[in-house]
Amino acid sequence: MGLLNFLKRIEPNKKKSPFLHTLYDGFFTFAYSPNTITKGGVHIRDGMDLKRTMIHVVLAMQLCYLFGTYNIGHQHFDALGMYPGFLEGFHLKLAHGLIKMLPIFIWAHIIGLGIEFWFAAKKGHAIEEGFLVSGALIPLIMPPDIPIWILCVSIAFAVILGKEAFGGTGMNIWNIALLARVFVFFAYPTTISGDEVWVSGFEAIGAEAAQELSIAAGKYTDYGWWHTGFFNSLFGWMDLPQFSDYSLPVVDGYSGATPLALAYQGGWENVTATFSQSQMWWGAIPGSIGETCKPFIIIGALILIATGIASWRIMLSMLIGAIIMAMLLNAWGATPFMTVPWYYQFYMGSFFFAMAFMATDPVTATSTNTGKWIYGLLIGMIGMLIRVINPAYPEGWMLAILFLNTFAPLIDHYVLSANMGRRMKPAKTLNPTIGPASTNPEKEIAHA
Amino acid sequence: MQIALLIIGVFVVLAALISLADNLIQIEAQKSGIDTTQNNMSIFPRVGDLVGPKVPSYTSKENFHVLKNGFNIILSGNAEGSPEAVEVTRFALKPKNYRGIAPIPKLHVAVGDEVKAGDPIFYDKSNPDINYVSPVSGEIIEVQRGAKRAIENVIILADKTQQFRQFDIPEIHTKNRDGIMSFLASSGIVNMFVQRPFGVIADLDVVPRDIFISGFNTAPLAPSYNDLLIGREDELNKAIDVLNVVTSGKVYLSISEESSNVLKSAHGAEVHYFKGPHPAGNVGVQIHHIKPIKSGETVWTMDLQDVLTLGRLFLQGIYDPERVVAISGSQIINPKYILTKSGAHIGELIKENQKQDNNRIIAGDVLTGVHQSEEDFINKDTEQITVIKEGDYYEPFGWLLPIKPRPSVSKTFPAFLMPNLAYDGDTNTHGEKRAFVVSGQYEKMLPMDVYPQHLMKAIMTGDIERMEGLGINELLEEDVALCEFSCTSKQPLQEILRDGLDMMIEQS
Repeated sequence: MGLLNFLKRIEPNKKKSPFLHTLYDGFFTFAYSPNTITKGGVHIRDGMDLKRTMIHVVLAMQLCYLFGTYNIGHQHFDALGMYPGFLEGFHLKLAHGLIKMLPIFIWAHIIGLGIEFWFAAKKGHAIEEGFLVSGALIPLIMPPDIPIWILCVSIAFAVILGKEAFGGTGMNIWNIALLARVFVFFAYPTTISGDEVWVSGFEAIGAEAAQELSIAAGKYTDYGWWHTGFFNSLFGWMDLPQFSDYSLPVVDGYSGATPLALAYQGGWENVTATFSQSQMWWGAIPGSIGETCKPFIIIGALILIATGIASWRIMLSMLIGAIIMAMLLNAWGATPFMTVPWYYQFYMGSFFFAMAFMATDPVTATSTNTGKWIYGLLIGMIGMLIRVINPAYPEGWMLAILFLNTFAPLIDHYVLSANMGRRMKPAKTLNPTIGPASTNPEKEIAHA
Repeated sequence: MQIALLIIGVFVVLAALISLADNLIQIEAQKSGIDTTQNNMSIFPRVGDLVGPKVPSYTSKENFHVLKNGFNIILSGNAEGSPEAVEVTRFALKPKNYRGIAPIPKLHVAVGDEVKAGDPIFYDKSNPDINYVSPVSGEIIEVQRGAKRAIENVIILADKTQQFRQFDIPEIHTKNRDGIMSFLASSGIVNMFVQRPFGVIADLDVVPRDIFISGFNTAPLAPSYNDLLIGREDELNKAIDVLNVVTSGKVYLSISEESSNVLKSAHGAEVHYFKGPHPAGNVGVQIHHIKPIKSGETVWTMDLQDVLTLGRLFLQGIYDPERVVAISGSQIINPKYILTKSGAHIGELIKENQKQDNNRIIAGDVLTGVHQSEEDFINKDTEQITVIKEGDYYEPFGWLLPIKPRPSVSKTFPAFLMPNLAYDGDTNTHGEKRAFVVSGQYEKMLPMDVYPQHLMKAIMTGDIERMEGLGINELLEEDVALCEFSCTSKQPLQEILRDGLDMMIEQS
């Protein structure tokens, strides 16, 4: 009660400082659900609202966050050839992961939420909860070493042009998280494609600079104050192994290639030469931060299906579409990638992540149930096709989902046209002897 | 190896013999006239019987509808017991109850006049033949006016012993539709019809394609009709006879498993059986499954209690709009059924039965009812008064960790583990209004082949053709009320639909 009274007293004036008021309103409704009562229409309302919906999606992603953060560290030390076991050097890997993940997470939210708050203040309405999910998704689909300024520009692009320009939450055509990623993909392709970006914490030292330092050219660890200052003092105080004070080289012959890149070069044998199946399934491989651990993503997907928040139709039809296309490509078998057996296609890449969190975004997907089957099927087929056939970049879900987002209204249009056509057809009755508006000569009038 | 083959061979022969005998029995049964679609004469159960719904014996498969979509909101304070008569002194006739008449109708009477039950009180200028009659006998004590001098209530102080105007009942056997229609107009009964599409009062120039009656009510805390039907079979059957003359098609009566035998054995109406959660009891949903309304067609619907009033008019020649009203809700001390008449004063109905608190009194159910005060009167179609608490409180992190249980269709609340839990229910919106985000939610609450979200969007953009194509002709506000309850974005769907219906009315 005391907190509530205090909060009500410090409420900024809506007219004099709209931005502060919107900010205040956002945090107030986060802490307290408002006391508005129903007026006109139904008198009781469901306990579910948009905040609750969004927070469940964020909760479903938390396992991916935990694993992804730790995996950043694991891949870093894997490249150094140190601590090969997954849980060895736990504290170091976790620290490195946090150092890479937290700035991305914090800056994504500052920029995204800042833009949303500003627009909400300008339009005079409450802060809408759409960015809770987008802001949670964006760090998971970025490579761990992405420069923060590129991240911020891409988020500004996605939120301003992709969402606010269309009218805010619920009005966007394209998936906001994917728009951010596709911006980086097309504007700064070297930061998001290739073999070198998926393992973090290294910088390349060219031949000239190496000669000056009298070391061999190549990639060396790039530790900053957080590694050698903050965490090292923390670990030193706890008597644990610390980050190395001098630069360590990457092991000879290490390539940070993801399984997909390897499959493109040489098929399934090439992939299994570097990674074991269980390694790929459980996610101890290089890749975007959140997409590697398949079981955790599947758990998240099951949470969303069980609580009825995500559409199982889209997930199932996407799986079926991907399987069909993979089988077709197996049958064709023209390139080494096409010969990868269809069931192994799912061990690689971000299929499950796209299926669970990206394709099921209700605003950008089709809104009719029939439409969802078609939508998911096409995403599955086109995504798999792009992955296998695209020479420049061996993954297709981002492009496929954005493509189908564009066509989702069209799919809905045809489903609704079918519905309207059914309605406008002449009446079809259950009893074929009675036509519309005809008289029934056998009606009995029982009582006198 | 060979013994195994031998044993398998013996089994195959036995199976073939049994199958042959089974088929022969079925052929024999068909020859002797037994209906094998209803009775399974084979020793093997049919897949349809195992998996499909159980069709009860008094109806056939075509008249049996199982509806999956929808949701039963279980609230506390369900009315119980048999209806008790209550002394109510004031009744009112409300022009606002009749959609389509002018806000200031012309009065036949003045303050101070004595009227009998059935005497005309006012009429609409554009249709002077249709009378709006008094529900009780007594003295007109007040004509309450509202904004712009529109008449809100014509209040009548009821006599202790009721006097009824005696009507000349026309013949039904001659099937003189015109005569019967003008009688219904002058006796005021024709206003009990609700015309679909658009939910307006019945248009006398139109012959309805069919008449639909819903024999059960699935709304939250809705009354059960079984007690009020006791002893009124004659009135029901007489009314159905009249309705058969009124329409050119059929009279359809929709009932549920729990309906009384009076309804199950009604004469003259085609009985359909519905099974499913709310809104299976909504007449709009039933029409959709029995015989949907196509463009250009008109149907009329009537409440079951009004049907009984019609029956009494034709049997006894008096207008007696007796109604059983359920007084229910978490804020009612003694939830019970009350026998009263249409238009009764609310305060007198719930006298001393309300818990002292910040309450909301609703004439009707929590989904479609009207928020009224104790000084107001029930509407012509009110079957229940629900009293619940107002929800104007702040709840810390109410959206994340709700402490008080609240009704919800969502599985994110653990309440689905306790499906029979009765909630108190209050009027808090539990969230703020947002744009449409979640899809597929409304379709789960409406067992019709309609896409409600797209219909709402079509109404918001004013696209008349699209509205018609998406099914606005088949819907009234009560049908989308459950969708509005479950809406995550807290959109006012009934209001939007009403705007759409008004647009369509203006159009035609």
